[in-house]
Amino acid sequence: MYNFSALTQSIHQYLSEAMSPLGAKITEMAIIGLVLIAFVALSVMGLVYIERKVAAFFQLRVGPNRVGKWGLLQTLADFLKLLMKEHIMARNADKFLFNLAPFLIVTAAFLAIGAVPFGLGLQAFDINIGVFYISAVSSIGVLGILIGGWAGNNKYSLIGALRSGAQVISYEISAILSLLTIVVLAGDLQLSAIIESQRDGWWVFKGHIPVLISFVIFLIAGTAETNRGPFDMAEAESELTAGFHTEYSGIKFAMFFLAEYVNLFIIAAVGATVFLGGWMPLHIGHWQAFNHIMDYIPSIVWFFLKTGGIIGIIMWFKWTFPRLRIDQLLVLEWKYLLPINLVNLLVVAFITLMGWHF
Amino acid sequence: MTEETLTKEGLKTQEYFVNMGPQHPSTHGVLRLMLELDGEIIKKVIPHIGYVHRSIEKMCEKDSYRQIVHITDRMDYLSNHMNNEAVCLLVENALEIEVSDRVKVIRTIMSELTRLSSHQLWWGVMGMDLGALTTFLYGFRDREMINDIFEETCGARLTMNYNTPGGLMFDIHPNFQRRVKEFVAHFKTKLPEYDALLSDNVIFRNRTEGIGVLSKEDAISFGVTGPTGRASGFSNDIRKHKPYSAYDRVEFKEILMETGDTFSRYKARILEMWESLSIIEQLIDNIPEGEIQSPAVKAVIKLPKGEFYQSVETARGELGVYVVSDGTKNPYRVKFRSPGFSNLFVLNHLAQGYKIADLVAMMSTIDLVIPDIDR
Repeated sequence: MYNFSALTQSIHQYLSEAMSPLGAKITEMAIIGLVLIAFVALSVMGLVYIERKVAAFFQLRVGPNRVGKWGLLQTLADFLKLLMKEHIMARNADKFLFNLAPFLIVTAAFLAIGAVPFGLGLQAFDINIGVFYISAVSSIGVLGILIGGWAGNNKYSLIGALRSGAQVISYEISAILSLLTIVVLAGDLQLSAIIESQRDGWWVFKGHIPVLISFVIFLIAGTAETNRGPFDMAEAESELTAGFHTEYSGIKFAMFFLAEYVNLFIIAAVGATVFLGGWMPLHIGHWQAFNHIMDYIPSIVWFFLKTGGIIGIIMWFKWTFPRLRIDQLLVLEWKYLLPINLVNLLVVAFITLMGWHF
Repeated sequence: MTEETLTKEGLKTQEYFVNMGPQHPSTHGVLRLMLELDGEIIKKVIPHIGYVHRSIEKMCEKDSYRQIVHITDRMDYLSNHMNNEAVCLLVENALEIEVSDRVKVIRTIMSELTRLSSHQLWWGVMGMDLGALTTFLYGFRDREMINDIFEETCGARLTMNYNTPGGLMFDIHPNFQRRVKEFVAHFKTKLPEYDALLSDNVIFRNRTEGIGVLSKEDAISFGVTGPTGRASGFSNDIRKHKPYSAYDRVEFKEILMETGDTFSRYKARILEMWESLSIIEQLIDNIPEGEIQSPAVKAVIKLPKGEFYQSVETARGELGVYVVSDGTKNPYRVKFRSPGFSNLFVLNHLAQGYKIADLVAMMSTIDLVIPDIDR
């Protein structure tokens, strides 16, 4: 299996020879930043296109098929349109906060994507509290929603923002608790160590039913955290017109849109990394031959297959289920998911203690 | 309206008003609801109507009876055949003309097809209002087949103007019977899918069951008719109580529910679709021969002096047409008792104490068509 650290090492070596250590560090940072921004822009465009095609498939439609081959450039055209649109601001809107909110939500999304391991040796920074870090920075995004909803001076936005505040904060708990079960099993918060612990099988297979339960809860909580249907309470098109971003237009709206899809990607990537082994190929115990064959598939392909699978499931949710009501949403979290999660965590801790997992 | 008051702590506070509409995704037209909110909980719903008022009743006073039929298409555009039928029946009854059996049967089939297409659209939109966006396209897929049938026979897809006083505009297309039978066979396989996608979904059940309960007494006193009223147990089906056209020769059940909540209003319409399918099946193979236009109706229709009333069961409830004639070719006064108007004003009664999301669900099951309310 190709280790991407060979590539990154050679770049590092070349830069170190060419300039001072500090200069090399800064250049590397800039390169990583540019690569990530390019990746995010491309992947969001891809995701929007895929989502529209998936929706069309569910809804007996064709989907975008006019701009470019198979409508591939449709997203680009939409982006250019949004870029050129006028910025509209309601009277008495809080100008500073109104402009700050889209940046806040995008920044949170970008901060999290830095810690995502895309492949073997392909991770911007691998800190020893990886899971904790991603959960922490991705929860900054809700501030953007709250501020955006408040600053727009629109009653619908305010209701949407308050709903979203209640929702994201509640479901954050479930998402983190379900990730904790794997942290307990793997005995580490570092993402690379969690992946390494799945060398002889992914945790979904190794961890018995409790891990399956926490995987399902993670999917539900992740969908809720990204504000997607059936948990799109903050937007709730048929109730609140467009929820917290009712007043946003042009590129600021595009930034909310961008953040939504980046968050979708991050949730899927974290789910894939923690539960499905990230870039780790499918290994089954001591089947040496099978494991070797699987190793021939590049790590980056494994990562994107798994992430894509989870994204597909989340899209499937959105295009099938009706939306919950806000109180039902909170009841689901506090009365069902949270107690199940806590008991589940205890069970997993017990299993780990007794060494019953594979 | 937004008076400032002081709380116990001495803070300024005012009622939280939200204007839902006239441009809002779930009012399905230019209806404006003023919501008085306490957080998300609705304290009061004040409907403001008239954004598409075209003074249809006044226009009718200038028009001849043949022309009035055409205007009725623009009221409840989803039950256009039934609207036409109401005026035609009124004229025929006033002139004491009996139309042929063929006309009666074709009118009944057309009305039931219209009811089906209206309910299909309602079902799709209902899902969309609750956030399940896919149902919309499913409803439209099946509605498309009915529209094609209409297009072939009537030459139009929305405002058909197929009925005329004394008969029909044209005879049915030679393909009509075959295509209707194809549609019935197709839709019988698709209707269970509707149940699988929405009715049996746990989220949908939680969103609709026990929400917005309308008691039978309230349904009667608000004059709520149609499936909305029948879901509360108020037996008001004109097709049963005052049969017109061919409804007296077909067997069908009047769908009556007991609870009167959002879910039973939903279920009433789903069951009604089954009944409509059965009515069409009973009639489609025995369309009798006969003339399609009664020669007794003259080109210029003059009703005798007096007052006339005719009601039909549209997809939304009882549509009444009341005409005062002074014996000339134009009516002296026309009044439409549209079902949507009465059904709308039950919203305030239903929605108090519920949340915005529930109001959207209730509005959806009341099945409002705004041009029908405003006229």
